[in-house]
Amino acid sequence: MEFLYFMADALATTVSLAAPLILTAMGGVFSERSGVVNIGLEGMMLIGSFMGVLFSHLTGNAWFGFWMGALSGAVVAALHGWVCIRHRANQTVSGVAINILGAALTGYLLRAIFHRAGQTEPVPGLASWTIPFLKDVPLLGDIFYRNMPPVYIAFIVVIVAQIVIFKTPLGLRIRACGEHPEAADTVGVNVSGIRYLCVMLSGFLAGMGGVTLSLGQLSLFREGMSAGKGFIALAAVIFGRWTPVGAMWASLLFGLADGLQLTAQNWGFTAIPREFLIMTPYIVTMAALAGIIGRSVPPAASGKPYVRRDGA
Amino acid sequence: MGKPQSVPVLEMRGITKQFPGVLANDHVDFRLNKGGIHALLGENGAGKTTLMKILYGLYQADEGTVLVDGKDVSIQEPNDAISLGIGMVHQHFMLIPPFTVAENLVLGAEPRKHGIFMDMESAIAKANEISEAYGLAIDPHAKVMDISVGMQQRVEILKALLRGAEILVLDEPTAVLTPQEVVELFEIMRNLTEQGKSIIFISHKLKEVLDISDHVTVLRRGKSIGTVATPETSQQELARMMVGRDVELVVEKGPASPDESILDVDALHVLDHRQLPAVRGVSFSVRAGEILGIAGVDGNGQSELVEAITGMRRPASGRVMINGCDVTGVPPRQVFESGVVHIPSDRQRHGLILDFTVAENMILQTYYKAPFSRRGELDWETIHTEARRLIEQFDVRTPSEKVAAGSLSGGNQQKVIVARELSREPELIVAAQPTRGLDVGAIEFVHRKLIEARDDGKAVLLVSLELDEIMALADRIAVIYEGEIVGIVDPDTVTEEELGLMMAGAMRGPQPKAAGGESR
Repeated sequence: MEFLYFMADALATTVSLAAPLILTAMGGVFSERSGVVNIGLEGMMLIGSFMGVLFSHLTGNAWFGFWMGALSGAVVAALHGWVCIRHRANQTVSGVAINILGAALTGYLLRAIFHRAGQTEPVPGLASWTIPFLKDVPLLGDIFYRNMPPVYIAFIVVIVAQIVIFKTPLGLRIRACGEHPEAADTVGVNVSGIRYLCVMLSGFLAGMGGVTLSLGQLSLFREGMSAGKGFIALAAVIFGRWTPVGAMWASLLFGLADGLQLTAQNWGFTAIPREFLIMTPYIVTMAALAGIIGRSVPPAASGKPYVRRDGA
Repeated sequence: MGKPQSVPVLEMRGITKQFPGVLANDHVDFRLNKGGIHALLGENGAGKTTLMKILYGLYQADEGTVLVDGKDVSIQEPNDAISLGIGMVHQHFMLIPPFTVAENLVLGAEPRKHGIFMDMESAIAKANEISEAYGLAIDPHAKVMDISVGMQQRVEILKALLRGAEILVLDEPTAVLTPQEVVELFEIMRNLTEQGKSIIFISHKLKEVLDISDHVTVLRRGKSIGTVATPETSQQELARMMVGRDVELVVEKGPASPDESILDVDALHVLDHRQLPAVRGVSFSVRAGEILGIAGVDGNGQSELVEAITGMRRPASGRVMINGCDVTGVPPRQVFESGVVHIPSDRQRHGLILDFTVAENMILQTYYKAPFSRRGELDWETIHTEARRLIEQFDVRTPSEKVAAGSLSGGNQQKVIVARELSREPELIVAAQPTRGLDVGAIEFVHRKLIEARDDGKAVLLVSLELDEIMALADRIAVIYEGEIVGIVDPDTVTEEELGLMMAGAMRGPQPKAAGGESR
């Protein structure tokens, strides 16, 4: 019986830890499916988490902060898109630059606006939602009866993303741009337009993932609080084979490793050293990348700028 | 000039397009009659594809006008071309491998239901409908990566027709097909013109142009040299127009006088990059003073076979012997040092380092040896002198030996490789598609060099997808199909039809009788 309670507790923690990963990974799926590698998810998350706190602080409205955080992610992503799509720069380099920009900009603004280092004072955070009819459902109720709003939003985004990518003409075009942009171009698909859309959407979702950390899990911004989650989300995209549902399961797995570790600590469960549990997501990620857990084939044109001219 | 009763559906007048350093099209005029098949002939880099990309809205012309049905039109985007009824089947198919046939057909013009969802059922219905209307059978559910190249081409043609194409541009459509598939394609083309479609057929193969077209326009270095009615011209005349001088289409060669065997391949098995069997128990030998041609459709294990022989890929089992020495699975340098030279099929990936100069490329395998290297230091003077000598001897057209190899034309890049490889005094020459993408002038040159080498007592292994090339050069022909040699035949007695059937796996010929090789 004790074990069941432990698991329910761990799973509830898991979904709230996985929510930012899921949201950010959905962004990664869109961007990569359209053919743009977005290694800058980490930086976009961080900027999103800061802007969310800033606008929540300024207006006292956590939801306004939430959407502004997402929007700021999209703005940063637009920069990435402009550099990579319009100017055909190396996408990895641009992404790394955005990560550095994210860390530096948020650190600077923290000092300039909040006049503090390390972290902000607490600001209004997102109040938890409750889903009344789940109250008495075993397990599912324990996990979903009462949780922070981004958890629910994340799962809705997964369903919508899966449908958009695989069941709509827009999705077909997105995938075409990521596989063979020239083919898409020759049938009149606007490759740059689709890529901009997907990159900005990825920034929007990464920003949302970032605010989930700052206004969902906590109610403040802390320097470097994304702590590599953008990269883990990127790994979830690969592990999930570039599908929204796959990336969701991967995010949940990473969340679970983290959740088990935290819950085990809370319950004084020490059979496995917590360091090993903390390591699990990273080891799973590396195994996934090395192809040990099923070979994954990325979109063929991912990371390649599209140029029409191919020689005289 | 067209016949009086012929109506032009398309006219391109004075098209000029300048790329950095290249005048790709120089006041080109082109006129297509309704229901006609008009060939656009020219060497690589003559500007055929550029002209067609302008027509399709992928490039913008600097000067010139395009008229469709007599009306002046502006084509800024592929969408404009599509709405004017212009469809294009690109040389490299514009199909998305993991998508189904139906998805590829409707991409960009997807049927919808409830406004936002993809309507796959009507996409499939549409695909079936159009394939029946034009008699081009396809399976709309199949993924493009799982269907044959000929089938992929049908999908490309249907894609254009589905978008209402009246004018079809086929860019080098036969390059990837087996002889039988070419016959089928020509039948399809004739059917389409009977239904009122007009076709522009881009090619550099003279025979095909004479077979299928009613008019030919020849481009050379971006200029249109002239338009002739097909029945009134000949291969010789077209070749002269293309190259600007008389060309020997089939290089003269005397009978071979083969000596002892140089290369012995015995029961060789090779896996491809996906670890699937690509070469399955191949045995043959090549003797000094003969050219053994390996004929086959692309992707039947030729590249893996060549890579296994030249040390670029480790065979799964079997043996490769050079002059009686076992070189199975040894590194390329050791293979080369035992007297093998290699003209790789992909010159830009395996043959040259494009950013290196011509001189540097000339010493890629010998840089560490005297006289190019002394006590670990490169002797640039010797390197440049030797490069100049080879440039002279092999007639490489380059401003100097110090320019980047990547700045040369394809034909001259190939000459650099041929010069480098043949100058290494080989015993065995492995030539993989040595004339791929070359124009008739350069083909003549490479062919002559290979025959000279043969007459000089070298063994030549020629792998080619061009049946004409195999027929013209080989003293014996081994046909490869799905990684097996399905027969070794004599080019003087075999017909192209028989070869085609063997290449398609429909027929087997006499088997090699290699010592110790498995026989079937």
